[in-house]
Parts: sequence; structure tokens; C-alpha cells
Amino acid sequence: MSDFTLVQGTLAAATPLIFAATGELVGEKAGVINLGIEGMMLVGAVTAFAAGAAGWPVVLALAAAAVAGALAALLFAVLSLSLGANQYAAGLGLGILGSGISAFIGHDYAGVSLTPIAPILLGLDPLVYLALAIAAATGWFLSRSKAGLVVRAVGESPRSAHDIGYPVIAIRYAVTLFGGAMAGLGGAYLALCYTPLWIEDMTAGRGTIALALVVFAAWKPWRVVLGAWLFGGVALSGLFAQGLGVELPSELLSALPYVATILVLALARTRALEVPASLGQTFRVEG
Amino acid sequence: MKRLVLERRAAPLAWMGLGAPLLAVALTLIASGLLVRLLGRDPWETFQVFFVTPLSTLYGVSEWLLRASPLILIALGFTVALRANVWNIGAEGMFIVGAIAATVPALAFGDGHPVWLLPLMMLAGALGGMAWAAIPAYLKTRANVNEILVTLMLNYVAGLLLSYLVNGPLRDPAGFNYPQSAPFDPSALFAPWGEAIRLNGSILITLAALPLTWLLLQRSFLGYRMTVSGAAPAAARYAGFGQAGLVWAGLLISGGASGLAGMMEVAGPLGQLPQSVSPGYGFAAIIVAFIGRLKPLGIVLAGLLLSLLYLGGEAAQMSLNLPTAMTRIFQGALLFFLLGADILITHRIRWRER
Repeated sequence: MSDFTLVQGTLAAATPLIFAATGELVGEKAGVINLGIEGMMLVGAVTAFAAGAAGWPVVLALAAAAVAGALAALLFAVLSLSLGANQYAAGLGLGILGSGISAFIGHDYAGVSLTPIAPILLGLDPLVYLALAIAAATGWFLSRSKAGLVVRAVGESPRSAHDIGYPVIAIRYAVTLFGGAMAGLGGAYLALCYTPLWIEDMTAGRGTIALALVVFAAWKPWRVVLGAWLFGGVALSGLFAQGLGVELPSELLSALPYVATILVLALARTRALEVPASLGQTFRVEG
Repeated sequence: MKRLVLERRAAPLAWMGLGAPLLAVALTLIASGLLVRLLGRDPWETFQVFFVTPLSTLYGVSEWLLRASPLILIALGFTVALRANVWNIGAEGMFIVGAIAATVPALAFGDGHPVWLLPLMMLAGALGGMAWAAIPAYLKTRANVNEILVTLMLNYVAGLLLSYLVNGPLRDPAGFNYPQSAPFDPSALFAPWGEAIRLNGSILITLAALPLTWLLLQRSFLGYRMTVSGAAPAAARYAGFGQAGLVWAGLLISGGASGLAGMMEVAGPLGQLPQSVSPGYGFAAIIVAFIGRLKPLGIVLAGLLLSLLYLGGEAAQMSLNLPTAMTRIFQGALLFFLLGADILITHRIRWRER
């Protein structure tokens, strides 16, 4: 990291947040809030790490992490979408279960390290660019495509969307699995590039920061990227400040994303936030 | 084509309210038995280590009750808040702030061994938790801010605050730079009830909270107003029950209980303020509340179960070399199976033509 500049470091630190928050944003746009991002990221991280340690090519390790994240999300989806469980409770359960499973599997990898993925452009690895590309594509999808409009309609009024004939539950399944896959990729980035060393609970709250980021970004994809750069940069600037001899408690900087998000929630007018109207509410087609 | 469908029951199945947690426990045992089997271990031996060994000694039983106590106390607070339709998932943070708040008088007045130190610490712990809970209460009542997100975020802020304090102002000057406070004076500790055990008088706080919670929920006007406003907000408004006051009451009671639990931990088994005060009690207590069906008696049983899972996880690590993460897998699976089983209260599963 020594020849890493603050800009490069910020872009790298923002990458897992962009992956996870973009996935969560699409889910929330359709009315599904998943508090278990941390768990899905950890499951993705341990899967990618295990695949990397077994010598799988990077692309396969990433795919495995995305699939693992999506499978974790599937548990949440079955409970909250098919069985009508409370989304907040199911998300909490997923967070605990995911961290438990990852720690359990990761037990054998404690202290193992991997060779990080090589940089391709401007000293940054391909995943940094992949995250930005996915965020841009998501922004286009939600605001410009017909399918994106349907996703937003499901989030605003699932009842009307259902009455028009859209499969609300199926759409919510799709976005939830997408969110899981993205969280899995975010975790994989930590395990394969950022840390490349297995540490139990290596996400260290990033799943919750991703959740915060969606709020902070007022549910707009491009703002997720800006927010991730801001949060990533703030976290790193502490290290750089220390290097310059300025003593700042690292905890203060680490707390900023959470505090900033609470302030955004408190100060922004509801209309400016574009909160999806049915966020967190159970939808059921009664037969 | 025939397929599985969910069909709404004409009336909720009352006994399933109690059947669902039992079903969830059974399914968790089956699933974890399969997991253990998959790892090439003997499920019976593992369960023996998890659920029987910890309770085979007096020390084990004392630890069982000692660990169940904060879980039950926090879960009672969570239940009260939930009655007013407030989702306080910030008990972890309130627990931490309560522990910090109780530490300050313990370190400041411990040298004089005053008899009023423990009561003062209890007050400080409860007030600390309430202060942390006041943030989401203020934001929810003034700006209609979602308390779930705020309480979740504040857990992390509390953890970072604790980390800052034990690495800075509250660090033991004689502690070789370890991130923890000085050990408390005996006057700042609940005295253990025996030579070789750690169980102490703090469990009486939890025991007292049980009938108080029951009275509050079942027999008080405050509990009644909470129930009405939680279940039928429009009716509550019509009756003139101030929604804001109930949100405040729910969060402050919940925060006070969590903060007190944090105080019990530092003034009990920990005996000082370390960098990590809670092994996830704040989250586990939410599972306790749901498994306990939001009823004091059920919460006691669920608290004992979750406490046993913590002990079993440690025993399995020591004697079977299984990672302690087993405990979290058990916890998560238990909550998942319960949430799934709850559908059986209102729905039946049928094979039906589509």
C-alpha cells in the first residue's frame, strides 16, 4: 500500500461499498429492505477466499462468491417474500447466520493469505472498474429502462403493479437475489483484493455502511458512488493524517458514515429522499 | 399441475403460537445435526457437549443463569418497545453505553469503597442506555425518522465510542497499554454467591423486571395505550393517546433495560470495561424475545436456551475443536426457522391445482 495514493486508496476502499449498496438499492427500489447485507458479504468473502485458496481462476472465484451471496439472499427471500416474515427480522437473522457460516468455514483459513489480483489500469484492479460499471448500468436500468420502471412501480405500489399484471413476488425475488450477488461480490473484493488474508468478520461493518449509503444517497445510484468515495476517502484520510503526524482518533473517522447517515435521515425532507413507498412492507397475493 | 400453496386459515391457529417456537427448535436441532454429520462428527456427541456438559457442574449452572440474565432483561425491554410498534434493534449499543456509563463512577469513586457505589452505577448504566435510546426517540417523534435504521447505526457508533475510550481516557494507566479500564474496586462489583462461581445479585434485577414487565404490559394504562397504538394507530389517535409519548416510553424503557444489562456485565463477570463488552447479547436478545413469544415467561425459557447456546459453543470449541461460530449459526437458524414456522399460525400448506 506504500505507493498507493489517497485517490487510489479511496477508489479501492469504496469498491466493496459500491457493490453492496448498489445491490441493496435495487432491492429497496422494489420495496425490499435487507438488513442482512453484512452476512451476505461475509458468505461471499469466504466463498471467494476458499475458491482462491483452492487455486480457482479469479473469474470463477468471483462467480462462486456472487452465487453464494445470492443463495444467502434466497433464504431471506423465501422467508420474507413467500412466507410473509417481517423483512427486518429476517434480515437480522441473515446477518447473524451469514457471519456464523463464514466464520465457521473460514476457521480453517485463519492466517492464510492470497496473492492479490493484479492491477490493470492506473494501479487499480479490474473489480474497481467493474463496480463502477455495474453502478452506472444500474442507474441507467432504473431510470431509463422499461424493466427498471416496473421495479420502481413494484416498490411504490405493489398492489397496483399486481393488479396491472406484473408478478410482484417474482420481481422482488429477482432484485433480492441481485442484491445478494452484489453483496457477495463486495465481500469477494475484500477477500481477494483488499485484504487478501482471511480474517473473521472481515467486512467490519461495511454491510451496514452499505445500507447507510443507500439512505445517504437518497436512493439514487450515482449518489451511491459519490457517497462510497466520500466514506472510503474519510476512512483513509485518517491513515494519511497519521502519516503526516496529525493525531485524530481513528474511531471518530470510522463513526462518520453512521453519523452522517443519521443526520441525512434527520435533516432531509422526506420528499427529497425518494423513499420507496412500500419499503419493508410485506406483500401477499391472497388465494 | 399440483403444487404447494399457502392457504389462509379462516381463523389463526392459537396453539401454533406456542407450537412454532418448539417446531423451530426441533428444526434447528435437525439442521445442525445434519451439518455436524456432514463435518464427519457424531451429532449425539456434539449435542451432548453443547447442551449437557455445560450444565453438569455447579459452575456451569451458575454461568448458564449468569448469561441468561442480560439476554432476558434486554429481551423484556425490546418487547415493551415493540408493543408500541417501535423496533429497537439498538440494544447492543445501549448495552455498551450502559457499561461505559457505569464504569465512570466505578473508576471515580472506587477508592473510597462507598456502599452507594453499586446503586449509583446501576442508575448510571440505566441512564446511559436511556440517553442512547433518546436519540432515535427524538428523531422518530420530531422528524419521523425510521428508528430501525437509526438504532442499527448507533450500535456501531457505540462500539467505536467504547473503543476510543478504552484506548484513551478510560484506559488503565497500569495496564501495559491493553485496551481496557482499570479493574473495578470490590465495592463496584456484585459479590459472587460462592467461592467457585460467578453468579451474583445482579440476577435479582432481571427477576424483578419480569413481574414489572408483566404488570406494565398486562395491567397498566401505559401498557394498554401502547398495545392499542401499536395494533391500531388510528384508534389510538382517536382516543387521544399521544403517539410520541408512547414511542419515548418504549425506547426509554428498552434503553434503560439494555443499559442496566451492560452495567451488570461490567460490575459482574467482567469486573472492568474491556474493548469488547458484549458477545452479541443485543442481537441475541431479539431472538430471545421472538422465541419467547413476547411474553415474560416465554422470554425466560428462550433466554435460558440462548444462554446455553453460548456455553455450548464454548464447550464445543474446547473439547471438540469446533469453531465458536457454531453459536451464531444456531442463533440465526433458530430465528429463521421461527419466522418460517410462524406462517403456520395464519396459513396452512396445501397441495392444490393451480
